[in-house]
Amino acid sequence: MKGRVLVVDDDPALAEMLGIVLRGEGFEPSFVADGLRAVTAFRDVRPDLVLLDLMLPGANGIDVCRTIRAESLVPIVMLTAKSDTIDIVLGLESGADDYVVKPFKPKELIARVRAQLRRGESEQAENLSIGDLDIDVLGHQVTRDGEPIALTPLEFDLLVALGRKPQQVFTREALLEQVWGYRHAADTRLVNVHVQRLRSKVELDPENPTVVLTVRGVGYRAGSQ
Amino acid sequence: MRDLTGRVSGELPERRARLHAAPASVRRRWRRSLQQRVTVTTVLLCGVVVIVIGLILLTQIRDQILKVKRTAAIAQSINGLQYAESQLAAVDAINGDDVRTTLDRTRQQLAERGGPAGRFDVVMFVGVGDDAIPIARLNSLALSVPPELRAEVQGGVQSYQLATVDFGDGGSGKALLVGSPIPSSIDDFELYYLFPLDQEETSLALIQGTVLLSGIALVLLVGGIGATVARLVVRPVRDAARTAERLASGRLEDRMRVRGEDDLAVLATSFNDMAASLQLQIRQLEQLSRLQQRFTSDVSHELRTPLTTVRMAADVLYASREDFPPAVARSTELLQAEVNRFEALLNDLLEISRYDAGAAVLEAEPTDLRALVDRVCAATHSVAARQGSELVVAVGGPVVMAEADPRRVERIVRNLIVNAVEHGEGLPVEIAVAGDGHAAAITVRDHGIGLKPGEAAQVFSRFWRADPSRSKGLGGTGLGLSISLEDARLHGGWLQAWGEPGHGAQFRLTLPIRSGAELTHSPLPLSPQPRLPATTAGERA
Repeated sequence: MKGRVLVVDDDPALAEMLGIVLRGEGFEPSFVADGLRAVTAFRDVRPDLVLLDLMLPGANGIDVCRTIRAESLVPIVMLTAKSDTIDIVLGLESGADDYVVKPFKPKELIARVRAQLRRGESEQAENLSIGDLDIDVLGHQVTRDGEPIALTPLEFDLLVALGRKPQQVFTREALLEQVWGYRHAADTRLVNVHVQRLRSKVELDPENPTVVLTVRGVGYRAGSQ
Repeated sequence: MRDLTGRVSGELPERRARLHAAPASVRRRWRRSLQQRVTVTTVLLCGVVVIVIGLILLTQIRDQILKVKRTAAIAQSINGLQYAESQLAAVDAINGDDVRTTLDRTRQQLAERGGPAGRFDVVMFVGVGDDAIPIARLNSLALSVPPELRAEVQGGVQSYQLATVDFGDGGSGKALLVGSPIPSSIDDFELYYLFPLDQEETSLALIQGTVLLSGIALVLLVGGIGATVARLVVRPVRDAARTAERLASGRLEDRMRVRGEDDLAVLATSFNDMAASLQLQIRQLEQLSRLQQRFTSDVSHELRTPLTTVRMAADVLYASREDFPPAVARSTELLQAEVNRFEALLNDLLEISRYDAGAAVLEAEPTDLRALVDRVCAATHSVAARQGSELVVAVGGPVVMAEADPRRVERIVRNLIVNAVEHGEGLPVEIAVAGDGHAAAITVRDHGIGLKPGEAAQVFSRFWRADPSRSKGLGGTGLGLSISLEDARLHGGWLQAWGEPGHGAQFRLTLPIRSGAELTHSPLPLSPQPRLPATTAGERA
């Protein structure tokens, strides 16, 4: 299993504690304490996952998140002290795949990290199509008329989950369980924001989606082929 | 408002009928336009005054005209009487023809004499009763003399009366008749002067017309003045109303225009001062709210970060507690449990302060309440099982969809269930969901110690506990129901409690189906039906 985790956090005690827990679970943590050096550290370490505190000195956690996302598809899990919708949505929209609200249990954090790192493992060779998109599951490739579309592993998984059962309407809770690995429904905002992000990449007109359709009051389903 | 009107007019069926007869638009304008009401009222009042004054004036003028005419008539009649008396005194003979000739001549001479009372005719009678011989220019003139007047004159009194007289040539009209007996030794003679009143009538008609016209003109003028004055006063009031509406809709910079230095200008100035003061206070409150939100957010971050470290450290310790000596192991357990409680308390405090700061935002979406309740039951099942309580969800009925914030509603239901389990004495906790076209309701019922009278309102108070001596079994923060109440209010919903000592308690959450709609009823009763244990057992989910 991939194991390099970059911890971006300004609180030394928490960073050290995170290190203890991550090492205990067999990960290889490295640390950076401020936002300005976070991006440089990211390029040096080339981690498999980033744990990012949203409130950082130097640069805003949101900006760091955006910068990293702009140059990499690596999973990002936010650590946030705010459970206000606006902050979480802002974090997710700037590119984070998941978030953990402080104070969290070590087990919860590890579960989130594992769920993100597990993506793309042990896939069967499979070809799907949703709308005018072609999906090569094993090759992690999405193409429209031969043109590849870059998706993060999470967005890819979300699309595959919908595409595998094109007739089925997925509730947000079902998607949370299937894509994020939440056993009990957590926060459906995760689904809303990621569906929007996915649409902005795969839809020709995100205002009138044809690939990921909203079923009002229930959830989402794949567009017809 | 409409309801009230309905009730009032219900007591006055007559008025209601009349109101309904009037077109709705007129009624609405009457109710809504002060200007129109002022104008119409002014016109009506002025009209009444003009009519009264006009009637008095006309009566006075008429009386005066008649009085002048009468005085002149009587004077002329006395004058004529003296002449007739002298003429008759000269006739000594008993010869009827002679008398007749004298009378004819006298009548003619009298009729030709002018006088102050204007045009007139003269009629004389000779003899008594029905045999009396009239001496007149026309027979119709003699017939016009009313018998009552003649009776009085034959009684020897000079008298006058108003009567309708036929002057011949179709000229018939009102006339003043003055009659007097002519003293004579020969026979009974009566002399009547007939003064037609046509000139006076014409004058009166003219005066009446003038009074009527000026009355109408006056009423219209006063109406116009009323309308203008009302408009002058109403316009700034309307301005004020419009500005107030704009202020109420959040445009706090709006002000009234101030013109001149009159009372209306004072109104506008005071209004603007009020608006400015309101604006200042609202700004201050907004500032305060922002500061509070900021503070909450900062406290949140500052407290949560160290708490996370403590929490993780406690978890690491807890995971290896078996390697510790007993006292340290137990300490680790206590640390772990209390960190959990501390965290719950911090979360609840932050949530409450977010409500206090007005920072809570509703994120409503169509939500299946039945599925939501099932989810919460699944999540709280283990907690209930630890207390020996069973969660019984009443099944059946259609899916209940409501525009609600699922996170908040889940939190409410979770709080209600945990609360019911905590106070349920290990007895089953029953949960019901129902909905209709307007509202949806969820009830959570326990069969524990119940609530004493007055406690149903207190349960939502912060940090309130039913019985201080009771153990804090599930480690509730004492804020759960307060937060739930705020959550319900944010939806425009109700959260109510019912309870009786020894019979348990029931909490009911009622939410509008459409976000923002006003609640009028709840699909489920607040106090539970009499207990039917067999039925509840059958309804087990």
